[in-house]
Amino acid sequence: MAKTALQFRHNGRDVAIFVDGGTNLLVALRELIGDMTPKFGCGQGGCGTCSVLIDGELHLSCLTLAETVAGRSVETLDGIKDGPNLHPLQRAFADNFAAQCGYCTPGMLMAAKALLDRNSQPSRAEVVEAISGNICRCTGYEPIINAVLAAASVSRARA
Amino acid sequence: MPVTVKTFTSSGEAAAALSSDRSARYLGGGTLVMRALNEGDVSISTIVRANDHAMMRIDATGSRVTLGAGVTFARILAERDLAFLHPPARSIGGPAVRNMGTVGGNLFASNPYGDFTVAMLALDATVSVQGGLGSREVPIEEFLQSRERQTGTLVLAISFTKPASADAFRYCKIARIKPKGGAVITLAAYLPMNGSRIVGARVALGSMAPIPIRARAAERALEGRSLDASTISAAATAAVEGTSPGDNALASAWYRREIVGVHLRRLLSGQE
Amino acid sequence: MLELRKDIFADERDDNLKEIGKGTQRQDMLGHVTGTSPYFDDHKLQGMLHLKVVRSAHSHARLRRVDTSEAERSQGVRRVIRGSDVPRNLNTLLSLINFGKDDEPSLAVDKVRYKGEPIVAIVAESPREAYEAIAKVKIDYEPLPAVFDVEEALKPGAPVVNEVYPKNTFTYYETYDHQKLRFGDADRALASADHVLEQRYEMSPIEHAPTETNGSIAAPDTNGRYIVYTSTQALFFSVDTCAKILDVPSNTFHFIGGTVGGGFGGKVDTLTEPLCILGAMLTGRPVRYVFGREEEMQYGPPRGAERIYIKDGVTRDGRIVARKIRAYFDSGAYTRLSSYAAVKCAAHLPGPYTIPNVYGDVYCVFTNRTPATAMRGFGVTAMDFAIECQMDKLAHLVGMDPMEFRILNAYRDGDMKAHRREAKNTALIECVQVAAEKAKWPIREEFKRMSSRKDGGGARAAVTPTPRETHAPLAAPPQQRTTYDRPPVATREPPPPPPPPVSPPPSRPTAPSHGATRFSSVFGTRRR
Repeated sequence: MAKTALQFRHNGRDVAIFVDGGTNLLVALRELIGDMTPKFGCGQGGCGTCSVLIDGELHLSCLTLAETVAGRSVETLDGIKDGPNLHPLQRAFADNFAAQCGYCTPGMLMAAKALLDRNSQPSRAEVVEAISGNICRCTGYEPIINAVLAAASVSRARA
Repeated sequence: MPVTVKTFTSSGEAAAALSSDRSARYLGGGTLVMRALNEGDVSISTIVRANDHAMMRIDATGSRVTLGAGVTFARILAERDLAFLHPPARSIGGPAVRNMGTVGGNLFASNPYGDFTVAMLALDATVSVQGGLGSREVPIEEFLQSRERQTGTLVLAISFTKPASADAFRYCKIARIKPKGGAVITLAAYLPMNGSRIVGARVALGSMAPIPIRARAAERALEGRSLDASTISAAATAAVEGTSPGDNALASAWYRREIVGVHLRRLLSGQE
Repeated sequence: MLELRKDIFADERDDNLKEIGKGTQRQDMLGHVTGTSPYFDDHKLQGMLHLKVVRSAHSHARLRRVDTSEAERSQGVRRVIRGSDVPRNLNTLLSLINFGKDDEPSLAVDKVRYKGEPIVAIVAESPREAYEAIAKVKIDYEPLPAVFDVEEALKPGAPVVNEVYPKNTFTYYETYDHQKLRFGDADRALASADHVLEQRYEMSPIEHAPTETNGSIAAPDTNGRYIVYTSTQALFFSVDTCAKILDVPSNTFHFIGGTVGGGFGGKVDTLTEPLCILGAMLTGRPVRYVFGREEEMQYGPPRGAERIYIKDGVTRDGRIVARKIRAYFDSGAYTRLSSYAAVKCAAHLPGPYTIPNVYGDVYCVFTNRTPATAMRGFGVTAMDFAIECQMDKLAHLVGMDPMEFRILNAYRDGDMKAHRREAKNTALIECVQVAAEKAKWPIREEFKRMSSRKDGGGARAAVTPTPRETHAPLAAPPQQRTTYDRPPVATREPPPPPPPPVSPPPSRPTAPSHGATRFSSVFGTRRR
């Protein structure tokens, strides 16, 4: 099977892989790079658990043809920690009990990061809108919304 | 057969590749084609892409708006000149889907998706397509009626006349999950006014037939009248005429027929 | 936010709670927020193959011919698995505790009984190659009449869904086609009631829709065993089920699980592991079998549908004097856990109310729908929905406030329940009082003063005389025993109760072996 060479930045690091035709970015990240943080939930754009940032913009990796990220920057949950320290969003999610089964959490965190990177002081409605493409089947939306707002207020206090 | 990806710099080459291969699909934002591949659709074995900047263009400065087929809903939401299209653009997906999904792809999205296309139908848009024999302009209704046979044609852009006033274009999507989720039904209405009279009314409905359709009986009830209570009632009553909705997990055909008039009444009376 | 009402039943409890009422961090939280919690699919093994199944296009059909020859030659295919390749191609989940007959194949052989039933498994180098091979499998179906409605399925002449249960009902105690509850004389009480209300309630199947779909990865281990990463909610249950189906000792497997991306009951059926392990056995390679989203939604087992008829008799002053219930639990094409759901349903009647005459018939019915399974209170949820709707309607009928109507009819300590067990630790009255208070719902002073611990027992503790039904005991054939079953014990005991695989009831010392009480966790234990 013909493979295509693909280079891009993955969490600030240059990576080069060979992909089969039609491979989606989720499979490339998980199976070829070994970054297991984005998850497969539906393959249809319905759940958001595979969410990653491409050049800072929220995308669904399962619906992204891997080849289309050539030369671009892909950020996943694996890249948001600052060394051994949790990102404020990760800390806020933990402190606010914003994870139950944990499967939607990577996508939720990336959707929340996409929001806070653009809008450091979101309203509750803006948080709801930002995570509206992410499904939590344990239905823990309230703690998640609270966590994002808490992370925003921590960032505000630091600024 | 494994999947082959063919990437071109011009839309012309992409269109030629697309029309010469029955198993080829054009990859726009990925929300339809990648989804099909993920679900194991083996009828697709070639993916065609084009890096043609013309397909990414938004021209909204004049009275005629042109949206390149590759324009995403997120870009429409970022465009102040397109404020009247923000409600349909915002009604689609979550932020990630809006960053990916395109105006061109939406023309091919079947029920319960394709909400933006309902808005385009109300605005009497024209679809620019490039086939093997060159490009042509197709009225959106004609395009939708032959949509199943259009997989070999490349949509370049969609264009329409900007509504004369903010009030003239109205849109609402009825979904069980807000703001994302497939549509129970989608409604869009274009009501140009001549003095106090509606002239050239267009009402479009999504999920009320296999493709987005116009509610012609409702349009007739509006045409030449002022938008008063009796006109709105007449249009609401006529909304269901000529529709052929289906059952799906979101709603039954019966339910769709029951509510379409209710929501058209609300849309026309400014309650939605 | 959590609020502890320590004022209620305060004298029954030492006030020394150390953990309850305080936030305690989950042990898996750090893994969750860093995306490092190990779900089954996070294990990528060298040379891993991908398994996909060919699913039935029909709800009910005989399989005339299944031709896999072209699929076997398809690019990337390493193995095509048929029903004949499965060592013990017939199982029922609760056979592990000797409850029910084996009724479900891993891969259909002679006929298919629901749309989406697996017929052939394809193991290929890539998912794409597996899908391409699936398109090349030719199946000649002979469609059969299908039945999708529980009551239609019980009518004479209805299509037989599953030949193991030719009456389309699960067989209890090797004899009975439904669960029965008889307490007092409901018909007589209905005849003398001031009002009678009969209603029909229904609940559709409900898909759990976990964000992580069902799946597993199986690989040959270095010691001749197989390592299995799985999404199962019931790890040891799945180990034993696989051991039975694959006819090997259970220590053949090293199951690794416990981190589940949402289950809600939908991951107890061991849907993927047997074929996944078999694929690894037949190819010598690691094999991954994971449901796509469409598979999960269409063919993953749902909470079963139920249809419930309730006929209540009530006096003018608001006392329910009789409750007669007929309920049908839609098991789909196979038993899975629905036999147990019907037991729970019967054990839950007539709800938390003291009613002197109760009559219940609960059926576990087979139809050509997707087999149902566990989901959060299955067997009880729909019944509670029906009962509480009925309570509102009854209150309206007698012109009472619905909260006060519930308090009036609520069971109290010392009352006799329909299962002939004394009610203990009852707390419905207090729950309704607090709910009314929180909702700012006005209830009268006398109802605010009522208590679960007052005015129960006495006449309410009597076992109402119950007319015996005359019917000849059915001579049913003994249940099919398999070599896998534990050997029968010397003295014949009643069939053991099926413990709920998801949330076992609290163990209690030497529970009396009495009727349905053993089956359910709904019966209270002493508060202290």
